[in-house]
Amino acid sequence: MKQARSKNVGITVFIILLLTPVYWLLNMSFKTNQEILGGLTMWPENFTLQNYVVIFTDPSWYNGYLNSMAYVTINVIITLLVALPAAYAFSRYKFLGDKHLFFWLLSNRMAPPAVFLLPFFQLYSSIGLFDTHIAVALAHCLFNVPLAVWILEGFMKGVPREYDEMAYIDGYSFPKFFVKVFLPMIRSGIGVTAFFAFMFSWVELLLARTLTSVDAQPIGAIMTRTIGASGIDWGVLAAAGVLTIIPGLLVIWFVRNHVAKGFALGRV
Amino acid sequence: MDKIPNNRAWWLVLPVFLLVAFSALIPLMTVVNYSVQDIFGPGQAYFVGTEWFKEVLTDERLQDSLLRQFLFSSAVLLIQIPLGIGVALMMPKSGIKGSLCLILVAIPLLIPWNVVGTIWQIFARGDIGLFGWGINQLGVDYNYTGSTVDAWLTVLLMDVWHWTPLVALLCYSGLRAIPEAFYQAAEIDRASKWAVFRYIQLPRLKSVLIIAVLLRFMDSFMIYTEPFVLTGGGPGSSTTFLSQTLTTMAIGQFDLGRAAAFSLIYFLIVLLISWLFFTAITHADKEQ
Amino acid sequence: MAEIHLKSLAHSYSKSPSGPEDYAIRQLDHVWHKGGAYALLGPSGCGKSTMLNIISGLVQPSEGEVLFDGIRVNALSPRDRNIAQVFQFPVIYDSMTVYQNLAFPLKNNKVPAARIKERVQEIAEVLEIEDKLHKKAKNLTADEKQKVSMGRGLVREDVSAILFDEPLTVIDPQLKWKLRRKLKQIHEQFDITMVYVTHDQLEASTFADKIAVMYDGQIVQFGTPTELFEQPNHTFVGYFIGSPGMNLIDVERCEAGVRFGSAEVVLEPWQIEYLNRLSSTNVKIGIRPEFIEIGLEPKVNSYEVEVLDMEDLGTYKIIDLGLGDETLKARVDEDFDARIGSRVHLTMPPQWTMLYVDEFLIQEQS
Repeated sequence: MKQARSKNVGITVFIILLLTPVYWLLNMSFKTNQEILGGLTMWPENFTLQNYVVIFTDPSWYNGYLNSMAYVTINVIITLLVALPAAYAFSRYKFLGDKHLFFWLLSNRMAPPAVFLLPFFQLYSSIGLFDTHIAVALAHCLFNVPLAVWILEGFMKGVPREYDEMAYIDGYSFPKFFVKVFLPMIRSGIGVTAFFAFMFSWVELLLARTLTSVDAQPIGAIMTRTIGASGIDWGVLAAAGVLTIIPGLLVIWFVRNHVAKGFALGRV
Repeated sequence: MDKIPNNRAWWLVLPVFLLVAFSALIPLMTVVNYSVQDIFGPGQAYFVGTEWFKEVLTDERLQDSLLRQFLFSSAVLLIQIPLGIGVALMMPKSGIKGSLCLILVAIPLLIPWNVVGTIWQIFARGDIGLFGWGINQLGVDYNYTGSTVDAWLTVLLMDVWHWTPLVALLCYSGLRAIPEAFYQAAEIDRASKWAVFRYIQLPRLKSVLIIAVLLRFMDSFMIYTEPFVLTGGGPGSSTTFLSQTLTTMAIGQFDLGRAAAFSLIYFLIVLLISWLFFTAITHADKEQ
Repeated sequence: MAEIHLKSLAHSYSKSPSGPEDYAIRQLDHVWHKGGAYALLGPSGCGKSTMLNIISGLVQPSEGEVLFDGIRVNALSPRDRNIAQVFQFPVIYDSMTVYQNLAFPLKNNKVPAARIKERVQEIAEVLEIEDKLHKKAKNLTADEKQKVSMGRGLVREDVSAILFDEPLTVIDPQLKWKLRRKLKQIHEQFDITMVYVTHDQLEASTFADKIAVMYDGQIVQFGTPTELFEQPNHTFVGYFIGSPGMNLIDVERCEAGVRFGSAEVVLEPWQIEYLNRLSSTNVKIGIRPEFIEIGLEPKVNSYEVEVLDMEDLGTYKIIDLGLGDETLKARVDEDFDARIGSRVHLTMPPQWTMLYVDEFLIQEQS
């Protein structure tokens, strides 16, 4: 009992420490710039929503969010569509070069995005995709697809092959079996994969910023613009930061029941 | 599970192959192409062989940033892995409290990396940030934009804040997969807390720890956005890590040949070390 | 070694139980004597594992007391109760060798190294795993793993009791029998209190001197295998023990005793007297298939019945007999033969005809 209490105290302290920087951001987002620069206050004394109003009324701000969400959504869809059949193949079949292919896929997850910066820029410019959502979505596939294949393969290995065989005997065609029988069985794996794909695409900025200029610019890139001539607009910056945390929270809330299992990436 | 030999499975992996080939092979070929040429402008390129590689390998600026990178990644692993395990052990095993802890701990992972930089940029400032202000109040002279040591510690602290949750959540899911009977048996066998950790929890965490070490190594070795926003690589070049050096070279100075050669070396280092980690760990496993 | 006394014990997993259905264990008193070999028998979900965990201290009972040799141990953790327990599925320490696994509980108890070595050797021999002592435990087969699990329970010399929670579930039938004999042998050799949880009556009766039958959170009978067979205390014991189980028939009261349909059952005078003192309408009679007598000619108090079905089980046959709306099962010799649909005569010897009121046996007062 005593030990349980010290554990609770420990985790509470850790979480408080973890959330303090986030609280500070939240705190600042509700302050005026005068208050921010005027001295340290633990909570907003002149509570204001002005910083948020700026973001929601200025298209150059809120378009940043829409752009980010657009390419993240496209990325998650592409990732799942191509990774599901591939993961199935890796989990069920032996085929020419399978191991090499798998390792090569994973090695892309190890590639520093900075390495691909310039070639990507030229590649997408040359095929006319520069500054589009699809360009960023495709670029993010570089690290999301290998990860998705890997996670899904782990979950699929956990489904005994007897199910596949039974479905064939019952006269299911492969596509029908895959969609009607198999996918529902690895629901939580799919949820977790989507979560990870979302997360890594949402938090990445280097590629997203390089491949866009105006029309598809992500919120992260717009935030760096606030460091303008008139100094930094701290309040708006903080509010913009707070707003970038919310989609992540929503997504993790949806998969909360699978996340504990999912963080082991189907490998436990 | 025995896998069935079936080459038609290639049709299933073809989309992935094409997609990744498109976004990895073509760029990689471009990089290789640049790395052996000196480019002055469109149509003006000369083949220079391994010249760029020689230059890159002897460039002191790059060696410095490589050394900094290794120091940083080692520090990251040494702090985050034990801390992450510790946090995972403290998290409630189930129930609403467990879910709540899980979501709260995951928050730093869901924040865009530039915002992570922004948060710490604000939080660690001496004038408007709680952390910087607090440290200064304790009588310590702290200024991450001025002092090299402070800048380093701040970047490290930021990374610990940002990524320890990943290690913790990986371990937490590993711990949750241990059946209750193991703890009961240990209790019956009168095992000490340490023995429970050493003989039950740690062995069963091995697979997730491999993932955690690999991910943390790779990602810390590629870190770019957070220190870029926080310190801009300074003061001086004290927090300029490999990715930033490379980005500056490629986009800032348009030094294409050198950047390409550097890219390839960089990639190979990551691959090599990951492979070493991986074989070392799996080998140790077989030894037993 | 200790005598284990469960005093007014009850347990509910819900925090505020609203009725008896919320209890995994309903209030009971029970004593496991020193040095006995006991089985706790019951269907899944009857509360037997809960009871075992309460004895070992893994579960805190919500009501009542657990006494070891008269000393209350409710507040003691399993480590302080000094008890060994073997679980249903093998629990082994993967990263250790078999030897280290077996030595682990002794090491934790600070047993001298020399003694550990002796003791591990001794137990490994009994379990026939001495050739595997230096293998990694995770490379063993499922039944070897379970042997190691059992070994860790048996290796300690000073335990109050050893508890087994269906330990042979993962073991194949051949070996099951052998291991059960082994346990019995170990019990005779070391004279330790053992409680063995199972849902298999055969397993229970080959292992235990006395069996406690659990049903719906209660111990409904505690007795030798013969007592459970001949005098089931509760309709559930009658039904659960024996194969097939006891014939149980709902009956109404009548002049001579009780009847069902048109058939009257003659009871002994003390049974009738007892019955008259009770008002319950839940009255049943029970008779084991083994005790039903069948003849081709009518006898005193015999009933004419129809042969509905006959099943040949090798050394004996089970026949289904229709009497009014009821079907009774009877066990007959393998050479007994009768056409399905033919009529035979059935007698229920009074000394084997049990009377149950509200599911409990009416017993002769002595």
